[in-house]
Amino acid sequence: MSTDSKMNKTIDSEHHDHPSPAKYFKVAITLVIITAIEVGVFYIEDLKWGIIPVLVVLSGLKFGLVAMFYMHLKYDSKLFSSLFFAGVVLASCVCIALMALFKYFA
Amino acid sequence: MDNTSVMENQTENAHETTTGLNNRKLLMWLFLGSDCMFFGSLIATYLVHQGKSLVGPYPVDVFDIPTTSVSTFVLLMSSMSMVLAYSALNRGNLKGFRIWILSTAIMGATFLAFQVFEFRTFVHHDHLTPQVNLFGSTFFTLTGIHGAHVTLGVIWLLSLYFNSFRGGVTPERSLDVDLAALYWHFVDMVWIIIFTVVYLFGVFRGF
Repeated sequence: MSTDSKMNKTIDSEHHDHPSPAKYFKVAITLVIITAIEVGVFYIEDLKWGIIPVLVVLSGLKFGLVAMFYMHLKYDSKLFSSLFFAGVVLASCVCIALMALFKYFA
Repeated sequence: MDNTSVMENQTENAHETTTGLNNRKLLMWLFLGSDCMFFGSLIATYLVHQGKSLVGPYPVDVFDIPTTSVSTFVLLMSSMSMVLAYSALNRGNLKGFRIWILSTAIMGATFLAFQVFEFRTFVHHDHLTPQVNLFGSTFFTLTGIHGAHVTLGVIWLLSLYFNSFRGGVTPERSLDVDLAALYWHFVDMVWIIIFTVVYLFGVFRGF
């Protein structure tokens, strides 16, 4: 691919409009609602160990919303997403490996 | 200046790179990826030592979930104001940029105030220090380093705010704000994880 066409491709991808302020506000409301649900679920003692996947999913949702919309990963180059999520995946694997090593799950 | 021409301007600076992307932005994402590893190791250290303290106080004795929920809310709102600051700058609205970035810095400082209040309560009221037990050591290390990140972020935001009065922040140079915004959102994301893993899991009575 020539430099000109590569630059044009980059310009085209950069032309994707970022969200409007109204969208940012909606994302913020969603984040607040999810946080409220997390705190609400926290007080349901009958969930027992079932709270772990619930909170992990809710936190993951918040994480994804901030990454995609506030950090603009949804609209930017996929290379940025790759760099960031490579770190996230590595960190998660290190975390799980360390926990397994110290018999956290036993 | 509209959003399209700002993007074109940023891309013009990127045309000399092999990726077609701005090197500074690429470096910031690399840094954030590496910082994930840093916090991942700290969170893992906290988790593997959880429940292994020989003496108290323990998480259930000290954590105040309602108060921490409020500080979490403040930090989430600061992320919104940060992205609104960047959006305002891209639309050429310098006054709007100043309002939103100052709001972000104030909310960041409010979050830090909550942290300081919490730490002081733990130390003076609950007698929890890093030296007392494994919980104290891992908790203060993890949240203290996160707090240091937030502090650096607040200083960065305030520098951008004051620099805007000297003509140092313009829509053409919105990448400077974009980089600060990425850092700020990352700090917020780390807190999302810490709040769930440390606070909510730490004192859940159903276990």
